[in-house]
Amino acid sequence: MDAATLSLATEAGRPPLAAPAAPPALAVRGLTVSYGQSPAVFSVDATFPAAAMSAIVGPNGAGKSTFLKAALGIIPRLSGEATVFGRPLDEARDRIAYVPQRASVDWDFPTSVLDVVLMGLYRRVGLLGRITGSHRTTARDCLVRVGMADFADRQIGQLSGGQQQRVFLARALAQDADLYLLDEPFAGVDAATERAIIDVLKGLRGEGRAVVAVHHDLSTVRSYFDHVFLINVRRIAEGPVATTFTAETLQQTYGGRLATGHVAELAGGIA
Amino acid sequence: MGADFVQFSLTPILIGSLAAIACALPGNFLLLRRQALIGDAISHVVLPGIVVAFLVTGTLAAVPMLLGAAAAAIVAVVLIEAIKRLGRIEPGAAMGVSFTFLFALGVLILEQTDTSSVHIDVEHALMGNLESLIWFRAEGWGSLFDPAALAALPEELIRLAVVALILSLLTWLFWRPLKISTFDEGFARGLGLPVGLIGFGLVVTAAVAAVAAFDAVGSIIVIAMFICPPAAARLMTNDLATQVGWSIVFAVLSAVLGYVLAGYGPLWLGASNAVSAAGMIAAVSGVILALACLFGPCRARVGVGAG
Repeated sequence: MDAATLSLATEAGRPPLAAPAAPPALAVRGLTVSYGQSPAVFSVDATFPAAAMSAIVGPNGAGKSTFLKAALGIIPRLSGEATVFGRPLDEARDRIAYVPQRASVDWDFPTSVLDVVLMGLYRRVGLLGRITGSHRTTARDCLVRVGMADFADRQIGQLSGGQQQRVFLARALAQDADLYLLDEPFAGVDAATERAIIDVLKGLRGEGRAVVAVHHDLSTVRSYFDHVFLINVRRIAEGPVATTFTAETLQQTYGGRLATGHVAELAGGIA
Repeated sequence: MGADFVQFSLTPILIGSLAAIACALPGNFLLLRRQALIGDAISHVVLPGIVVAFLVTGTLAAVPMLLGAAAAAIVAVVLIEAIKRLGRIEPGAAMGVSFTFLFALGVLILEQTDTSSVHIDVEHALMGNLESLIWFRAEGWGSLFDPAALAALPEELIRLAVVALILSLLTWLFWRPLKISTFDEGFARGLGLPVGLIGFGLVVTAAVAAVAAFDAVGSIIVIAMFICPPAAARLMTNDLATQVGWSIVFAVLSAVLGYVLAGYGPLWLGASNAVSAAGMIAAVSGVILALACLFGPCRARVGVGAG
């Protein structure tokens, strides 16, 4: 564990994790992904600390989602590897919960809210295991945590965008993972949902779990996240938000697409 | 409803129903994956495969037919890729062209071949030979308990019963992975599910259903049953298991009603000849879909693409 992680852990009022060599929640080495001719993600190394909230930040088309999906093996990679808590990805599937972009699925699918949350229990229930009352209770508890308890029996097509995102988060909570990976969890959701989601995510961090989110709203990086990873096809910078999320790294990431005054404001006066 | 019914109508109705079920089961998932036309494609591609397999082996046995259909499917995939890359044509058009071309090729080979000894010609390719699949040895309902008569059941019936049973078992066994990967592919991959393999397995089972049904009922029913019963069923419910249940009900209803209407409908209307059972079954399934569109309880599409 590096110094940054230790300081984060103590900041949050908990003792530092026992072993000094505790592995990061997610470590990626030499990740390259290509759609056709030019690479979408090129030779990227990244390390996301345990028990912290990390943001993946970069401009549109910078490969943020691609990086996350390829790290998880959801889309094929040309090269590179990922470890989760120091273990190969496939040995750590039980410790990962992935929340895809809301728009990536067909919400007209014939199923109910509770049913979607129960999908999060798949690895515990198995291929033919019976869904019992206690599984349903677990799923309902997860809906309570995201403020969707009254929607359990609703057909998913009847939900608003924010409600859809909360259901996806509830499904991830049902997985009871140690590493939560979210692809644009705040995209197109209402303010109340954003508040509810960030509260749940901070609660997860408080329990010593790791959260990694693709994030597009630069103005909330400082208030939401501990750790930031800046990407624009290549790795630009990574580290604690306080020292890494600076005017300089932002300009590097966004290639001069941000107004100087805006950058200074985002970087919190450090610049 | 006596001896005549058992001898002449029971087996065609059963065969039609089993073929409809075998196609409708994978059809539910193909429809939800927006791959419904794969059923259409498969039923077109199998024709040249089956014809060439017949030319090579001289029989209509199931295994060579399946191998021929599989080979034709591979040719189709290669052809589509070639057209896409060399011609810079969009994928949908490349698929449409390839399948139609292969089907036409199958028709041409058929016409140039002496297949008079077996039930394989252009008309059968489209319509099957449902009416001729009678239970010759049956003498009445009692024949259902007569081993000698049962041994003489049309082999298409046995084949389709086995296929429908296997498909039902596979659907039950892989229900959860199928459902999860159909709804949310990314999440399914995150769980570590072999999503590619599941999708491939679904297409393979659809192909098996198509090939098994093709010989008995023709490609028109195959195409209709992949899409119409599941699409109508989707309008009846917002629950996947209930949808699959409805699709089976609609599949059987189409087969029974279609067969009866084809046999007796024209007589009721004063015409003298029965019409093609396969055509009528497919038409009935279309009417059921139309009725479901008009009156189905879950036709309201709320929240589609809502931001």
